[in-house]
This record gives sequence, C-alpha cells and structure tokens, in this order.
Amino acid sequence: MKSGKFWAWVVFGIGTAYFFIPLLATFEFSMRMRRGVHSFDAYQVVLGDPRFQATFMYSVIAAIFTIILGVLIVVPAAYWIRLRLPQLRPIVEFITLLPLVIPAIVIVFGYIRMYGSNSPLPFLSSDLGASALLVIGYATLALPYMYRAVDTGLRTIDVRTLTEAAQILGAGWTTIITRVILPNVLIAVLSGAFLTFAIVIGEFTMASLLNRPAFGPYLQNIGANRAYEPAALAIIAFAITWGCMSLIQILSRFAPKSANRPN
Amino acid sequence: MAEPFLSIQHVRKSYGTNTVVQDFSLDVEPGEFVSFLGPSGCGKTTVLRMVAGFEEPSAGKIVVGGKDITRLKPNQRNVGMVFQAYALFPNLTVAQNIAFGLKVAGMPKADSDRRVAEMLDIIKLPQMADRYPYQLSGGQQQRIALARAIAPKPKLLLLDEPLSALDAKVRVSLREEIRSIQKKLGITTIFVTHDQEEALSISDRIAVMYGGRAEQVGTPFEIYNRPATKFVANFVGTLNVLEGTVTDAGAGRVRVNSQEVALKGKLNGSKSGDTLSLALRPEAISLARQPGHDTSLSGEIAEVHFLGSVIRVRVGIGGNTVSLDTFNNSTTPPPAVGDKADISFSSGDMLVLH
Repeated sequence: MKSGKFWAWVVFGIGTAYFFIPLLATFEFSMRMRRGVHSFDAYQVVLGDPRFQATFMYSVIAAIFTIILGVLIVVPAAYWIRLRLPQLRPIVEFITLLPLVIPAIVIVFGYIRMYGSNSPLPFLSSDLGASALLVIGYATLALPYMYRAVDTGLRTIDVRTLTEAAQILGAGWTTIITRVILPNVLIAVLSGAFLTFAIVIGEFTMASLLNRPAFGPYLQNIGANRAYEPAALAIIAFAITWGCMSLIQILSRFAPKSANRPN
Repeated sequence: MAEPFLSIQHVRKSYGTNTVVQDFSLDVEPGEFVSFLGPSGCGKTTVLRMVAGFEEPSAGKIVVGGKDITRLKPNQRNVGMVFQAYALFPNLTVAQNIAFGLKVAGMPKADSDRRVAEMLDIIKLPQMADRYPYQLSGGQQQRIALARAIAPKPKLLLLDEPLSALDAKVRVSLREEIRSIQKKLGITTIFVTHDQEEALSISDRIAVMYGGRAEQVGTPFEIYNRPATKFVANFVGTLNVLEGTVTDAGAGRVRVNSQEVALKGKLNGSKSGDTLSLALRPEAISLARQPGHDTSLSGEIAEVHFLGSVIRVRVGIGGNTVSLDTFNNSTTPPPAVGDKADISFSSGDMLVLH
C-alpha cells in the first residue's frame, strides 16, 4: 500500500509541475521589465493603459448581458424539459453541445452573412446591433456550460412536486419560476454564469471578426507587439478565472439544502 | 342526506389505450373524511390528481361546492394538498413556506403573520418558524406541509399518501393529529393510502379501489364486516377463504371438506352443486367449541406461531387452511402441530364471496 501511495504522490507532483511551472515562468518573466530587478512594472503599464480599461469594461458588460440572456433562455427551457418534455432531453443536450463542435469562426461567418447591412435583420449596420449580435453569439458559445450547470441544479430538486405544490397554493408560472425554481438552482445558475464570464472575457474570434472593442482582441494585439505585458495579462486573466472559480465554491456553501425528498 | 360538497361524476382517465380510471363516481359530504384505499396502480392517486387539477379527466365531471371545476387550473381551484414527498420549498423557512399561499393570494403581511402563527400553534410547532426544511425531521416536515396546505383556508384538502415516507411510530401519531385537525377545522378531506389500517382508523368513509374502479364505498365498519366483493374481502384485513360446494340450496347447506355448514339466507342465486368461496375473519373463529357458535369444523393443527400477546394458529381442514389468533395464556400451553382440533364460529359471521 505504501508504494502505491508513493507513486500517487509522484504522479500528483508531475501533474502539479506540468501545470505550475509554465505559470510560474510566465509570472517570473512578467516581472523582468525593469532590467536587473523583479518589478510589477508590466502590470502597472497594463492596468494603466486606457485601452485595457475600456476593452475590459466592454467585455465585462458583454459578459453580464450574455449571462442575463443565457439565464432567460436556459432556465425556463431546462425547467420545462424536466417538467413536461423529458423525452426531448437527449435532443436538447445534443443541440447545446453543438457550440463545442462547431468552431466559433463558422458561427460568426454565418452571422455576418445573415445579419449584414443588406439583410432583413441588419444587426451589423450599427455598433449597438453588432454588440447585441456579439452577446447573442457569446450566449451560444456558453450554452453547453450554462445548460449543463442549470440541468444539474434541477436534478437536485424534485421539480415536478415543487411545481405542483406551488400551483396548488395558487401560484402562476412566473411565481413558480422566480420564487421556487430559480432560488433553488441559483448556485447552479451562478456556476454557469461564472463559466460564461470566463469564456466571454478571453474570447477573441467573434469579437475580432465582428470588430468589437473587446478584451480578447486587445490581449491578442498586446501579445503581438509587446514583450512583458502579454505575460502580465496572461497572469491577470488567470487570476480573474480563478477568482470566478473560487466564487462558485464560496457561493455553493450557501445553497439551500434540498430537503424535499424523503430520506 | 346533505347536499354533496364534492361530487365526482362518472370520471374516466385514459392515457392512449390504457384506461387507469374507469367510470368513477363519488359524493363527499361537507366536512367528511374519505379515504381512497387500494393497491398500487388502482387509480386512487389519479383520481386525487384529477380533483387537484394536475390531470384532466378524459370524461366526467368534478363539482366542488356546486361549481364545476373540471377544466379549472390547479391554481384556480382553492384546494389544499399534502404530498408524499413533503414538497416543502427548500429555500424558504417554515414560516415562509406556510405563508407562501397567503402571499400569492395577496394577503397583507400582518394578517399573514397572524395566520402563520395560528397554523404553527395548530400543528404544535410554534418554535420552528425560522428553521429551514432540512433542519426538520420527516414528521415535522409533513406537519409543516399540512399547515401550509390549510393556511389559505382551502375548500378541500387532498392528502396523497402523506404518511408513507415516515416511520411506523410517527405514522400513527401523525395520522391521529391529521384527523384531529381535520375535525377541528371541519375541512372536507380526501386521503389516499394503500395502508388499510390507516384508512380504517381515521376515515368517515372508505372507497376501496381496484382496476380503476371503486369496488365498494362505505364506512370502515361496513367495509371490514360486509365486504361487497372478493377483492375487498381479501384486501381489507386478514381473511380465511374456504372452498365449498352447495349441497342443498333451499336449506342453505354447503359442504366444506365433507363437513356440512348451514348458511341459511346467504346463498341467494346459488344452485345445488355450485362451488362457493366462503370467508371468515380470524377473530370470528375459536379454537374449540364456544357458546354462541353454531358451526364447527374438525381439522388438524398445521402451524403455530408465538407472537407474544397472541398465538397465531393455522388449522388444516382438508384442502383448506384456516388462520386464527388466540390470546396467550401463561398457564395453558399452546397447541402442538399435528394435534386434532375443532374450530367453531357463528354461521352469521361467514361471508359468501361472489
């Protein structure tokens, strides 16, 4: 048994090294901007750059709208499928997985052809329309994560009985979704939301091809023209992603305990 | 008879070609406690769900307080329901759960708070208002579910196997509590159960269901003592069934394993030579001849089970076996397997099953 434990630690050590050494190397490199000493100059330059602030804010706002759109589409859809159309679940699961299979570039070229300035729905003829289209595209990209997170949340509660209990007490569909279902899957929705946030913050293809001033294209631009700043940006992006993951963990502790199933 | 408060009229429910409820009719008086009793798949829960509005009848009508509610949505029926799985909202406290229906109905907060406190007193859990469902035991959760169901003062209370998920001791105390609250509030109640003891102990009337139909509707006394069909006789209580042959239809004589039994007035429609199923409750039989018992049969002790306060004895009478209970008496040893024994009973207690 002891030798089994030893090898387990060896494998763990190799995995940790594989993951952390490039990260540590990037971090170390990002601190070499000032010749001869380690400093946070690269971070100061990046964080002080007005384009960083503008593109980051743009992506944050796009992420918030993407999350709202995703929740509005996914929560009622996943709820209805669990409640009334369970036979459609495999089909819907397949559809939600498509964004993982179809490259973003294919989706965005489809958008450009469908919603160009000469189309009946000319999203791309205005900045606001293009941004709206970007949010719609992001919601599509985040669909596999959001749907799975919400569906897993719904699996932990007895959707049908809770719905019937609320109905018999006089509640309509809006009350049932907002006061019964959503609060009980809130942590799952937040997990989906943070995953969506992480995807949107770093997304390049759609933002670039739709010519939007997002954080992804800014990252690419900096990476192509500077030495130390891209490394600092990579570390910042990691910190944001990890921050999101930590928030999921923290918030999941406040999840309502499911006591609606006997024993 | 008073005007029925709930009237289920010729209700039928089919899923495709599968008919789960067939022509079910029942009138329930105001304040009455009626149980639907039957095995799994007999359609009892489907009828309850049709009354609640969760299932739409394929045919028939449901009337509550003179109003046809057949096509109304569940949230328009003013019906309270308690589910087997409690169905408390996990994200709400006990008080918020009870107040849910009141809030939906738009009751002012002060009135709602007062009603919640009143409900907590009725279910004897006034100190639990701020707890969450996961902090309560199964019995407590089901009492909260009951309080939540009756808080909006529904016209009708539906209980869908509310005790099934609880342990035996809690089940007994809670069923008594449910009955006492129901009597106190005078609320018309339908109780679905597959547990005959539950149904017999708390109901005003019982509808015994089988194959989507009501086999018999009657008081617990009638259901137990005068079962209308073979199914009811077998399903409710323990029953000994003896196969016999009519030897003299006019005189009401039946032969059970070469021994004659007189059943005057009970053989209506039977002819000499017909085979009959005769039923006897174990408590109607004595091991030895007793005063007042006009019939006896001879047999042999086949099994003896010592159960503490009672001894269950099975007596073989030809091809039939009769089960009976005798009280344990510390001064008298129990009968031994293989002993010859006479059993006696009153022929009036014998049922002829059709």
